[in-house]
Order: sequence, then C-alpha cells, then structure tokens
Amino acid sequence: MSIIFNHVCHSYDADTQLKIDALKDVSFKIEDGEFVGLLGHTGSGKSTLVQHMNGLMKATSGEVFFDGKDIADKEYSLKELRSNVGLVFQYPEHQLFEATVFEDVCFGPKNQGLEKKEIELRAFYALKQVGLEEEYFYQSPFELSGGQKRRVAIAGVLAMKPRVLILDEPTAGLDPKGRDEILNLIKKLHDEEKITIILVSHSMDDVANYVDRIMVMNKGQLIFDDVPREVFRHVEELEGMGLAVPQVTYVMHALKNAGMDVNCDITTIPEAVDEIMSCL
Amino acid sequence: MPMSLIKTKKLTFEYIRRDEEGNVEAINRAVDEVDLEVKAGEFIAILGHNGSGKSTLAKHINAILYPTEGSIWVDGMDSMDEDKLWKIRQTAGMVFQNPDNQIIGQVIEEDVGFGPENIGVPTEEIWQRVEESLKTVGMWEYRKHSPNKLSGGQKQRVSIAGVIAMHPKCIVLDEPTAMLDPSGRYEVIRAARALNDVEKMTVILITHYMEEVVNADRVIVMDKGKVVLQGTPREVFSQVEKLRELRLDVPYVTLLAYELKQKGMNIPDGILTIDELVEAIKRAKSVRRD
Amino acid sequence: MIRDITLGQYYHAESEVHKLDPRTKVVGTFVFIIALFCVSNVWGYILAAVYLALVIKLSTVPFKYMIKGMKPILFLMMITVLFNLFLTAGEPVWSWWKLSISREGIIVACKMAVRLTFLIMGSSVMTLTTTPNSLTDGLERLLRPLKKIKVPVHEISMMMSIALRFIPILIEETDKIMKAQMARGADFESGNLIKKAKSLVPLLVPLFISAFRRANDLAMAMEARCYHGDEGRTKMKPLHYDKRDYFAYLAIWLMFAICIAFGRSLWWAWWL
Repeated sequence: MSIIFNHVCHSYDADTQLKIDALKDVSFKIEDGEFVGLLGHTGSGKSTLVQHMNGLMKATSGEVFFDGKDIADKEYSLKELRSNVGLVFQYPEHQLFEATVFEDVCFGPKNQGLEKKEIELRAFYALKQVGLEEEYFYQSPFELSGGQKRRVAIAGVLAMKPRVLILDEPTAGLDPKGRDEILNLIKKLHDEEKITIILVSHSMDDVANYVDRIMVMNKGQLIFDDVPREVFRHVEELEGMGLAVPQVTYVMHALKNAGMDVNCDITTIPEAVDEIMSCL
Repeated sequence: MPMSLIKTKKLTFEYIRRDEEGNVEAINRAVDEVDLEVKAGEFIAILGHNGSGKSTLAKHINAILYPTEGSIWVDGMDSMDEDKLWKIRQTAGMVFQNPDNQIIGQVIEEDVGFGPENIGVPTEEIWQRVEESLKTVGMWEYRKHSPNKLSGGQKQRVSIAGVIAMHPKCIVLDEPTAMLDPSGRYEVIRAARALNDVEKMTVILITHYMEEVVNADRVIVMDKGKVVLQGTPREVFSQVEKLRELRLDVPYVTLLAYELKQKGMNIPDGILTIDELVEAIKRAKSVRRD
Repeated sequence: MIRDITLGQYYHAESEVHKLDPRTKVVGTFVFIIALFCVSNVWGYILAAVYLALVIKLSTVPFKYMIKGMKPILFLMMITVLFNLFLTAGEPVWSWWKLSISREGIIVACKMAVRLTFLIMGSSVMTLTTTPNSLTDGLERLLRPLKKIKVPVHEISMMMSIALRFIPILIEETDKIMKAQMARGADFESGNLIKKAKSLVPLLVPLFISAFRRANDLAMAMEARCYHGDEGRTKMKPLHYDKRDYFAYLAIWLMFAICIAFGRSLWWAWWL
C-alpha cells in the first residue's frame, strides 16, 4: 500500500484571471508504515495537498494513486478511499456534534455501513486507543476539556480503521503537556498499530523529535523531501520560506561559529547532548 | 513612590454551576486568593497550563469578570465600583485569543476607530488616533482592507491597534498567539515588545509558549488558580523539574543546558538564549582543559 | 459552490453615485419605488426607464452586474406575473378548462413585470454603490425618529453590520465542517429529501455551536472596548450632505413630480 502523486497540479478558479496555483507539479511516493512530517508556511499548499490524498479535492492535472489505483477513476470508490485514508482537520473538536462521546465516535463507522456490533466495538477500541477514560464515554463531548475533545475527534477518525492517518496541526492551541500527549499518542499509533502517519505542522521542534522523513512545501511546490537531518541543513532556504530549523540545530551552528568542532546535523536534544559531551 | 497600576488582594473567583432548578451543582474555584502587584511600565508574563486560571485572572483586570471574594484595583479604581467601569476598561485594554472573533469593523480603520467611538472621542481625534495606532503596529498600509483577507498575525496586530487607540495605560494580551503560526506569533510578540519598549506601556502577556516570555521583566506561573512561581525568567526557568510538574515546558535552549548539566557539565541554571549557552559551554570546556 | 453566494454585494468604483450620502440613496430609491407604483401610462414608464438608465450610467456599474442580480428573483417574478395574468377579471381573450386570460390580465401582467424589473434594478443600484456599512449607517440615521417610540434603531443597525461581517467567516466555516464530516464518510448529496435533511445534522450542530461561541467572544471583545450602546458615542465617519446630495435630491423630486404629472391616467385606471 502506498500513496503516489504523479505530477499533481491544482489551481483555483482555473478558467478565470484570478487563477491561483495551489499545487505545482508535485510528485512523491509515501510507503506503508512511514512517519512523514509535512512542513510549510500558512498558504504554502500543504492543506490542499493532504485533501488530495483522500479525494476531498481533485487534481487539475496529474494523478494520485492509492494502492496502485488511480483515485480519479470513475469506478474507484471514494468511500473506500476515505475509510483507508483518515484525515484529522485542524481543530477537529469543532466537528463534534452528537449527544455523547461514544455516539460521536460511532459516526464514521456508521457511514461505512457496518453492523451495529462492529460499529460499537470499533468506537470502544478507538476511544481506548486515544487513552480516554471510560467515565467520559457517555458524557456530552462539549463538557470535556480541550485536550480531551481533541482526542475524541481523533478517535472519531481512528474508528474507521484507516491505514493512513493524516493530522493537520494536531497540537494547535494545546498547552505543552497536552501537546506532548497528542504527539506521543500519534507515535504510539505509528509504532504499535503500524498506521502510516502524515503529520502536518509548522513546529520544527515537534517534527524533528518524531518523524523519519520531512516534506517541505512552499508556494505550492515540494521543495525538500528527505530525512530530517538532510532537510535541516538548509537553514537559510528554510528561513527564506518563513520556516526555521529546530532550536537545537541553531545551538549547534552557534557552537561551530564559536570555534568548536561539532557536527551541525543534529535535530534533537539527546543527540545534541551526546555530541557536545563528546567534544569536550 | 509610584503607585502600582494593578493590585489584587486575595482575589478569588468561583464559577458556579447550577442544575435546572437553580440549585448549586458544583463550585469551581478558578482563581484562588491571588495577591498581585503590577507597576506601571512593567512587562509581565503569566504562564500556566489550560485551565490554570490565568485567563480568568486576566478578565478581572478589564472588569469583564468581578471577584467573588477579595478585590482588584486598576490604577487605584476598585473594579466593584460601577461608576468606574468604563474608565477601568479604557485604562486596561484587552486582546483575546481568536483573531476572527474580536474584529468588529468590515474595514481595518473602522475597527480601530470602534473603541474611541465608544468612549466619545471627537471625530477628528479618532482619525489621528487610528493613524498613530495602525502605524505603531505596522498595519497602516492595510487601513482600507477587509479583515477577512489578512493573516492571523496581522489580525491580532489590528486588534492591538484597536486597543491602543483608546490610549490605555496597560494592555492585557490573553493568549494572543495560541491560534497563530510561528511567523504570526513572532509578529505579535514583537509588536507587544515594542509597545513596552517604545511607548512605555504596561504589558501583561498570557501564554503557554515559553519562548515568548524570555524577555519579560517578571514571570508569574499559575496552577489551580494560585500563583505558584514568580520571578525573573531566569529564576523561573531554573526550576525545570517544578515546571514539568505544572504541565509546562522550558524553552528548548534552557532544556538543553539542563540536560548537559545533568550529565555533569558545569553550566549555570536558567540559561535563556543561544548566546548564553554557547558562552557557558566554552567556559566549561576551557575549565576542563586547565 | 457555497462560496459563490454574495450577499450585500458592493461594486467598487469612484462614481458620483458612489460618493453620494447613503441617506440620499435610500431616500432616492424609496421615492423611485413610490413613483413606479404611481405611474400607469406608457409615458410614465418611459420616463422611469430613462431616469433609471441615466442613474445606472452615472454609477459606472456594468449593466451585466444588474442583470446578474435579477436572476435569483426571476422565479418570484414569474409567479407574480402568472397570478396577474390568470386572476384578473375582464374580457376573456383565451380560455381553457377553468383558466382564462383576459385583456385586462395581459395589461396588468405586463405592467407588473416592468415595475418589478425596474424596482429590483433601482434597489440594486443602491446596494451596488453603497458599502453595507454605510448603508446601515444611513438607515440608522434616517430611522432615528423611531427611537422616540422605543424602536432600538442603533442596536438593529449594529446587528446588521456585524451579521454582514460574519457571513464570509461562517461560509468558510461551513465549508470546513462539511469537509471534516466528509472525511468521516458523511454523504451530503445522495438520498431522498428526508435522508438529505438528516445528513445535515452533523453540519448544522457544529455550525450553531461555533456561531454561539463566536457571538459570545465578540460580545466580550466589544464590552472590553467600552461598547455600551449609542449613548455618548461619537462617529469616526459622520454622515454629512454634500453639494452633490442637494443636486441628487432635486433630481429625485423633479422626477417624482413629472411622473405624477404626466405618468398617471387618472380617468382610465387610477388604482393601478
């Protein structure tokens, strides 16, 4: 199972003078089980890109393949695609609507047309996965705290048993602890459930600590697509796009400029500690 | 001796939840006997996790909420004094979290003029104030634009301009960056800093981004409605363990310094900037050589 | 799709009509409508047409825009015309089963069609050349006498302008929630009417909650900025009449007088 983008372009208002190219000739392949970070400034096209992955938006030209099949085919079932590729939007708690947490999580599997028993099993399992205590299952989702609401919303997508999970800024607006909890939850889903994760973010430090691969979008184009240490070598280019490199990487650069012989390809705190200790 | 601009004494606020018959179901103490003093010209940062009571405290400064017990004085005015209500709100302006939900005008300049209109400033002076406020936050060239076309950071700067057009003595920023991307966050924090440095305005910044409070004069950490830590950023960020207990972080640079120290390196507590860290590492290295 | 809805649309240009005080335009439109319903002979209609054409020309708004504004109301217009056509009593010219068309019916229907077209065009000249904000300002000022009988004129106009500010935000939000639910497998398109109505619940509930949250936030932000009704409130952009407004008023009343003098055939059918 893989996601392939083959020269995908997308333009808004294509036949008018207001034409905006949201995606320009984007090609890549994401394999099963990857943990990808998708970075980019607001308006860089990253949201447009992820909406192409589950068929919410259609390519103006080029093809998107899922599992080797072109998703633009007439026979291709978008319903099935959306079951396989789960998309958690920014501030997902804004989509909650049912009277209880449990019913809300059932919404996705219900739309898949599953049997009642299966629906409830999945909802229960998904809520367990996101670590929500059982006492909250039959409460109104609107009475939960911000972090809990977000977990319920993520469970609502997980209950559809997607094989790929895309999360758009899943930590926006959370406090540091809430942020770490959500990121650890995502890591657990990747490691234990073997779900392919695509994490859309603009926090370099978050991304550097978790992902194996980084894709950087700017003005609708895919600029970098590599392992974190390679991508974060391009300090100036990233800054030019309104992005940054992790704080730790800045420290290593500063040490090097101060005349210390350190390796600058470092993106996380444990790596930095080892590197600095070794050159004392 | 200059009087403190904001002073609270055993300030307490309780959210009371009632059931359908109006019986008290639960009482939640959001702010619990807080004693606080802010002097004119200070840059104060209030930290705390979500639900720690920091926003509730902030809303007292602007007399949007009134204390259940205890008192708060803004520029010498008791917030319970109804006659002073509008004067207090004019003295302490407030910027909120969601940039979309606080812009009233359909054109930027009209929005900035909204506050002065409410307090009865003459037309000509409104225009002067709008011009100077928009220039202060660097949004003058956008004065004819619709707010819907702006980025989050720009919208928050317009909100700041809308507050300073009322000529307050103090501005309270209630998590103004929580919904913004890094460049928007930077814009807003820079504007807040400039207000304090250039205009000498008292700034109270509420946030949970640790990097934003490094330059504050004083940091106040709240938990369960109480002030649990207080001091300069250096003093506060020296207590990495304590902050973690409070569901908070320290800036990445401080954390790296802390980890190095744990490994036995001789580094002082409370490192805040990259330059300080580099200096400390160099010093530690030369000491070891000797 | 949903973004195509344009409410209170304004066409930006620097024409004389744009520069008029909103009050002049509101009064002018009102007088024009009254005139339309007063005239009854061909001369009256020709006069109204010439006057309207002149104002449109002055406003520099492309004619295409005017026509575009007519489309949504076309259906309503058809119904009115058909009613008049079939239900006016008189000398029948054509009949089938219980339906019959009279000579008078044809005349009345034609007049109705012309009047409605002119009416809609006349009012769209006003909305196309006035920003929603100055329109509410103008209405507030004109309706101020009603405050004496406790009509909350200022509050109504404030609500109108806030509603206009939030329409684009809520439209965008609808789009977002719709996509989020579609990602969870929701289907807003297929099924019969009942199923379709049911499928709107996951869209409408979050939308309402969000609208309430926004209203709450906004009310707080307004209070924080010392908003307390229009008592002691000054204006950043006070309305004031210019020379061109006096000319406009003169033209309006002149048109009205001529319409009354020459456009009515009292002896033939004064009630039209």
